[in-house]
Amino acid sequence: MKTLSPSLTTSPLAKQWLCFASEDLFELRTGKVELGQGISAALMQIACNALGVLPSQIRWVAGDTSESPDEGYTAGSQSIEVGGEAWRCVGGIVRSHFSLAAAQFLSCKTNDLSLKAGRFISLSGESVSYYTLAQIENNAWFNLRLDIEQPEPVLLHIETARVKRDDLLIKFTGAGFIQDLKLPDLWHARVLRGLHPDLYPLELDLVALNALPGIARVLVQNNFVALLSRDEGALIKAHAQAKLITKWSTPNLPIELDAEKLLPSLPFVSHMVVESKSVDLDPCLPAHTLQRRYSRPFIAHASIGPACALAESVESGIKVWSHSQGVFKLRDQIAQALHLNQNQVQVCHAPGAGCYGHNGADDVAFDAAFISSTWGLNVRVQWSREDEMSLSPMGAASVVDIKASINDVGRICNWTTQVWSPTHLNRPGWGNGIQLLGAWSAFENCLSPAPKDVPLPTGGGLRNAIPAYDVGDLSIEHHFLDTSPVRVSALRSLGAHANVFAIESFIDELSDAAGIDPVAFRLNHLSDPRARNVIEQVAAQANWHKRGEAGTGHGYGLGHARYKNKAGYCALIAHVEVAERVKVHKVWACVDAGMIVHRDGLLNQIEGGILQAVSWSLLESVRWNAQGVCSQDWENYSILSFNDVPDLDIQLVDAVQHPSLGSGEVATGPCAAALGNAVAHALGIRARHLPLSTERLMQAIEESND
Amino acid sequence: MTDIKHNHRKVKLNADPNAFLLHVLREQCDDASVRYGCGSQHCGACTVLIDGQAENACGVPVWSVEGRNVQTAQGLPDDAVGRVVLQAFIEEQAAQCGFCGSGILMRVTALLKQQPSANEALIRETLSRHLCRCGAHARILRAVRLAQKNLKNENVIS
Repeated sequence: MKTLSPSLTTSPLAKQWLCFASEDLFELRTGKVELGQGISAALMQIACNALGVLPSQIRWVAGDTSESPDEGYTAGSQSIEVGGEAWRCVGGIVRSHFSLAAAQFLSCKTNDLSLKAGRFISLSGESVSYYTLAQIENNAWFNLRLDIEQPEPVLLHIETARVKRDDLLIKFTGAGFIQDLKLPDLWHARVLRGLHPDLYPLELDLVALNALPGIARVLVQNNFVALLSRDEGALIKAHAQAKLITKWSTPNLPIELDAEKLLPSLPFVSHMVVESKSVDLDPCLPAHTLQRRYSRPFIAHASIGPACALAESVESGIKVWSHSQGVFKLRDQIAQALHLNQNQVQVCHAPGAGCYGHNGADDVAFDAAFISSTWGLNVRVQWSREDEMSLSPMGAASVVDIKASINDVGRICNWTTQVWSPTHLNRPGWGNGIQLLGAWSAFENCLSPAPKDVPLPTGGGLRNAIPAYDVGDLSIEHHFLDTSPVRVSALRSLGAHANVFAIESFIDELSDAAGIDPVAFRLNHLSDPRARNVIEQVAAQANWHKRGEAGTGHGYGLGHARYKNKAGYCALIAHVEVAERVKVHKVWACVDAGMIVHRDGLLNQIEGGILQAVSWSLLESVRWNAQGVCSQDWENYSILSFNDVPDLDIQLVDAVQHPSLGSGEVATGPCAAALGNAVAHALGIRARHLPLSTERLMQAIEESND
Repeated sequence: MTDIKHNHRKVKLNADPNAFLLHVLREQCDDASVRYGCGSQHCGACTVLIDGQAENACGVPVWSVEGRNVQTAQGLPDDAVGRVVLQAFIEEQAAQCGFCGSGILMRVTALLKQQPSANEALIRETLSRHLCRCGAHARILRAVRLAQKNLKNENVIS
């Protein structure tokens, strides 16, 4: 029996996934939510194809704890692999079950049936719908299980239609986001917080806070202080003022240093994670050994829309609207923190601005839930830009040290990696305790989870730390930091951004030492045909063989990885020009994410992955000082401008014989590496520390002169 | 009371004259298309047209728009140029999360009304007043080019 999608283990009955509402309305459910990544269209495509229904016949219910199957987080490029696979299976089993019923009803053979718009049609033209068949044999349908083998009759024909994203019009012109939801008798609230999650008010001037224009109520429990108003505009002004007139504690933060100096200076615990000996019978005699250190700083999620949530007091408890990536875990955490039963808390997903990982979405949902349940109010809480950029978790910094030897013909004999990083995951529900900012301040004895990272093979700080190449003897050591100067949690691709940047930069340095072209050097050490294919394809796309000499100011660089060493393949070439700063002219990419489900959605994810990685890798770094985070707004935290958007040329390998894989994170690491290698080619000098800013390039040039 | 036109319709606003237009449009005009992104005029998510000029509504006090026409993305389907721009953005699927979209649509509509044949450099320079975090920039640029082409073909502007 083939392996089931884990989603089918938690929700094993077909009726948990769909309901036949009428002849022409199918209510389909998923736990995977729309984060702006276009996943709803891709999942609907899978469901429509499997069931033989039209997109216009579907009501899509995603991420409602009272209705949807629990599919965990919408994260880690798992929505197609897990959520899509679940729907492929659900659709197949439901179709098969009803084709048998339809054949009986229409007195024909299943292989004479066609399926069109939710109706089974016999050769003679008679037809019956899913809806009618479900009414006739209610019991069998209600008990239909997804985790047992079923016969899958082959039908004559299943008509399919292309699904297009249908959420953009309302998102462009109207109330398309959680920020736009309204409740009766609604209060707007903002929580008073400093510039770092560890800060708390030393004294509260409640008279002054209550006197701020527009403020109707100030709610206080322990260090949780919320300002309430009926007027959001007045609240925003009052909240900014309140922050200024409040005296804050001082956080105990280490002085900000470059990541490569800071992380190894903080306390860490070391684990040897991989130690393997070469299986090659040919002895490899090291002729030349290289050791290099690379790093990336803390990076902000920096959503364009600050986190928002609404909560309503209802008879059964509280109903919360959230743009969280994990509504079920959030429900459990809110219930635990507020000492409620799970069934007293309902969390419904509503679309927010892009999050790219664990940002403030869950925290603000707690803020709203806490205010609503404690004071019995209907409330909407939206964070400020400063809150979003200083309090929500950041992507963790990493330092990656690699040492390897090559023999006299340029073959890698051995490879040692050491990674210093705090955890890359602190989502609510990860570890024991509560991972919600407001709960820590509202309840004195609220236990926050002990930090732990994601183990390999998925990996957090070690995601993609294992080189894809045949490197002989291999050892990998993790130096795990259990503290961090800023709050950290999952950011798109986790440790893969730093690790792929380091490995692929180092591979270029080795190829240079061996005097072998970087593409040829990679292919010499790579046996996986799909990895070889994307590298060869992208080299052809970009005319790699014409890239020319190093040090001309123009450079071409390659980066490649298989995401998590088990998901999609991406090879990418960047063309940069380096003068006072790095200008990216063009990026070519070739991606193999298995069988393509939704081509435009896939392209959109890869384009976005590349452009966001350009932004991170050239510009971004979270900053702090003795008072807290000081990259708290767009003036102090720059991201990619339209002026600096490179041309993109993306090729997709439609590997129909392979399972479909997620692609939201495939390009991140390869893009960082391609940029690093292109800059090194342009300058003839290597910058090993992200971001590749003017300051960092000057540092590299100075060091090369020493 | 402040009298303004909201997408060409006369409305009376009962708001503190120093309140910012962003919140007044959202709360009093039932117009959710104007988005709060930063409140400090950096990101462009709240861009509206005031008598045809693109402005960040988060920094515009209500008193300053007395008697003026405020156009928002809510009114795009009824605007000759805006409709074509909107259609091009949907055709090109020029978004991921779409939160920056309504502000960008307004800026592009203003640009193409004033300079229908704006070249690539001018388009990029104009859009550099907007931040997009998802990396939909390349699609957005393609959508602007498509809108230019369609406007020309439909003779909406010559």
